Amino acid sequence: MQDSQDRVRFEMLVLPHLDAAYNLARWLLRSGADAEDVAQEAMLRSYRFFHSFQGGDVRAWLLQIVRNTCYTYLEKNRRVKDMTEFDEELHGPPSPTPEALAIAGDNRARLTHALESLSPRYREVIVLRELEGCSYKEIATIISIPIGTVMSTLSRARRELQLALGPSCEEANREL
Amino acid sequence: MSCDRAGIALHGYFDNELDATAGSEFERHLERCSDCVNELEALDSLRSSINVARLYEKATPAFRKKILADIGFAPPVAVFPAQSVWSWLAVAAALILVAYTGWRVVSSNRSSDYESAFASEILDAHLRSLQPGHLTDVVSTDQHTVKPWFDGKLDFSPPVKDFGDQGFPLQGGRIDIVHGRTVAALVYARRKHFVNVFIWPTDEKDAAPRSGSQRGYQWIEWREGGMDFCAVSDAVPSALEQLQRLFTE
Repeated sequence: MQDSQDRVRFEMLVLPHLDAAYNLARWLLRSGADAEDVAQEAMLRSYRFFHSFQGGDVRAWLLQIVRNTCYTYLEKNRRVKDMTEFDEELHGPPSPTPEALAIAGDNRARLTHALESLSPRYREVIVLRELEGCSYKEIATIISIPIGTVMSTLSRARRELQLALGPSCEEANREL
Repeated sequence: MSCDRAGIALHGYFDNELDATAGSEFERHLERCSDCVNELEALDSLRSSINVARLYEKATPAFRKKILADIGFAPPVAVFPAQSVWSWLAVAAALILVAYTGWRVVSSNRSSDYESAFASEILDAHLRSLQPGHLTDVVSTDQHTVKPWFDGKLDFSPPVKDFGDQGFPLQGGRIDIVHGRTVAALVYARRKHFVNVFIWPTDEKDAAPRSGSQRGYQWIEWREGGMDFCAVSDAVPSALEQLQRLFTE
């Protein structure tokens, strides 16, 4: 098992990125409660595998684990959902449209709603780039794609986000 | 470069991820393509509104505690017997408390309230300058014209440099008032954006840049050689960082 030196190193190197881990899980799972469960699991996993960390970009290493844990969770959850008859997402009360939110002047709710409407593959690159400030190289590591495709993925993701924000996007931004 | 290809390169350019060759190739395309200019503006405003909305979700203190407990108790192997771990923790906690108290006292005048008031005032000065006819008192792209213009108007001599070759052509300068004191303001253009660099003398030591954003505008402040510098603009944050580096080079 691990010795106390490993624990100290883990606390110094990995724990400072706890916010990053939680933030990515929160956006991938679209729920704070689920994010805590999954981020906790990911932190424990990263702690167990810490001896295999070869040095380098520790945030990217951790976020890769967080992302994988999230996808495993989503996959499991989807299968459960398929088996249940009532799907809240399909049958729940209609959520307000981005336009309605823009009229209400709630920029944060509008962006949250638009970002959550994207597929996880697009959502994650927006979160990593715009919220986490990751470089293309880090994004490539975290989501395991060649660095050459990060730019095109981001361009499609941003296009989707702009579409989800709707035509009111421009006007709302002008007011800022 | 065709616009199809440029449409993707545009994102690399926006994110400061193109190498020098691809970057200048894209800039040549940009000169001829108003669609791409508009798209860059749209990305810029998308990023501003994301910044303003503060979408970043931080871990709660309770969650952090839970993780610490997980890690602390997970491995059964402990070098110290359990009791001495607790006494070490007590010493560590006491040290942290002392350090924290000291830090609070020292940093109270640079607290976040102070920072946001500071940013607010800088931003107001920036917005005032964008009113028609307020941007520059001396209009010149020549640093040798702008610098002497400040002589006799200020009780210090601000460094005036033109960075036209690096994408920040000097537009001119003016006198402004920030924090109740007279400061020099240098105006630079960055594509379609204006950047104000406010400069005033300080007795404090050199300090690494700190930055922030407010109301969709970015600012970056640093101290060097007895001068306080603060650049503010609605250009992308990376542009301000670049300008800051040009100043300190």
